[in-house]
Amino acid sequence: MSVINTDFEITANELIAEETYVLRFRSPELAQQLLPGQFLNILTSTHIDPLLRRPYSISDIDGDECEIMFSLLGKGTHALARKRPGDTIGVLGPLGNTFGYEASFGTAIIVAGGIGVAPFPYLSRVFREHEIPHITFLGTRSAARAVTRGLSNVHLATDDGSAGFHGNVIAALTDYLDTHTIDNPRIFACGPNAMLMATQQFAHEQGIPCELSLESEMACGIGICQGCPIEHRQRERKYALVCTEGPCFDSQDIVFHEHHHA
Amino acid sequence: MNTTFSLGTMQLKNRVLVASGTFGYGNEAAPYTDLTGLGGIVTKSVSLLPRQGNPPSRIAETPAGMLNSIGLANVGIDAFIQEKLSFLREIKTSIIVNIAASTIEEYIEVLERLEDEGGIEAYEINVSCPNVNEGGLNFGTRCDMTENITRELRRRTKRTLIIKLTPNVTHIADFARACEAEGADAVSLINTLVGMAVNIATRRPVLSTITGGLSGPAIKPVALAKVFEVYKAVTIPIIGIGGITTWQDAIEFLLVGSSAIQVGTASFRDPDTGVRIARGMEDYCLAQGISDIQELVGGLRIDAGVAAPGFVKA
Repeated sequence: MSVINTDFEITANELIAEETYVLRFRSPELAQQLLPGQFLNILTSTHIDPLLRRPYSISDIDGDECEIMFSLLGKGTHALARKRPGDTIGVLGPLGNTFGYEASFGTAIIVAGGIGVAPFPYLSRVFREHEIPHITFLGTRSAARAVTRGLSNVHLATDDGSAGFHGNVIAALTDYLDTHTIDNPRIFACGPNAMLMATQQFAHEQGIPCELSLESEMACGIGICQGCPIEHRQRERKYALVCTEGPCFDSQDIVFHEHHHA
Repeated sequence: MNTTFSLGTMQLKNRVLVASGTFGYGNEAAPYTDLTGLGGIVTKSVSLLPRQGNPPSRIAETPAGMLNSIGLANVGIDAFIQEKLSFLREIKTSIIVNIAASTIEEYIEVLERLEDEGGIEAYEINVSCPNVNEGGLNFGTRCDMTENITRELRRRTKRTLIIKLTPNVTHIADFARACEAEGADAVSLINTLVGMAVNIATRRPVLSTITGGLSGPAIKPVALAKVFEVYKAVTIPIIGIGGITTWQDAIEFLLVGSSAIQVGTASFRDPDTGVRIARGMEDYCLAQGISDIQELVGGLRIDAGVAAPGFVKA
């Protein structure tokens, strides 16, 4: 494996749902290496504002092209949304670990909330290629914000009831399991911390193996700054780093705290 | 041209170091940069016992800068010697171990443990971390404590001894003078400035520890003024730190009196920054016909009769 720290030319930057974009750039080397669950640390400025890179999950790989997905949130995502084909971004990666999609299970249950859907088109692609059964529960604020491209067997849940199940994604999953049986399931979840906490609790109660892809503030993305700790039950010094030891963790190892609700 | 520089017993191949806490123990950044292109690596602070660090959130980006409150998370001296030092020793660049402690006795113990180990050319003493309750800034904001630590450590090592100073004091020059008087080979400055950020949606501080240390380009003007203040007060070399992101920034720090510089936050943005700055400085000197970069150190041109206001004489 060789790591990349290079500027790439953007080939597309498309608004695909309310305040949500998919950005593509061409890199055969990254496209060959990146695996579902990994992330890239991306620099949008040539000078000092925004100062730091922002971590983005690899959203999909299409031939030589890499895709990331983002919603408008702060300075970094707004800067990224202004990028046009031909503009460049600085890319550092591949970073982090992968989803445990090679684990032994019958059916994968993808649980995604909001822009937490980002890593799942690529994971779904791999599931399709390997004919691994999977079902996707996607929760969003409203139908206008739902991004279903690249996903399969999608069950949508919206906070406002504008489409699909009216309620949160865990309620939708619970509702589904009331009337369906899933053989030997494994949950793959990514989304806001409140959703991850609910997923963790659900998986624990149901005895379903579960992994969570976590989000964190990061400065470097490569284990230097120590800025992205998460409390981890198997760590001697209490914390694991999301960037180098994650972003995908076994749900049972992660300890969330009150501040994660924010 | 000559890029080398002697600092105490240490011979640096160039004047660009990477700052403590922004470059780990060297191994993490190795895939992204040519470590041999650096003058030296200052390690993440090492303390006597391992430290788990502060709870999240530990970092927040601010305009042209960032706040951090890592809390000196580190592996401790035993694991440092057993697991980290062998990699550092193999790198063809100078290794400066940064030491943090809660008491003078702890500083001494860590230093004495390291004295038995080869491959270390210098110590940088962290008396200025704003993010831990005990020790840290409590030493660095008291001149008598800074003096005691310098004296006790100087007695125990012939290796190059650098004291890292905090800007969170009224007269930083007084601290630099104390270090010089007690035999420090150099002072490095500035450590981070105490700062905070607030989330108006939650009405909570962004950092778990409420306040943190501000770094990055935002603090460069403060750092330049502090280096200039210290340069007028001491004759020992100064290592300038604070928001250095480009080789031009580095030249500014030399002109106000730095003999060498450290690249900090900019390495988070790009781990190759230090090497690029070293190359840029060399190219600049070649282009300007400067045969020895030393001529830039303190080379600030100030018209006769002009003095910066507010400096207090010793």
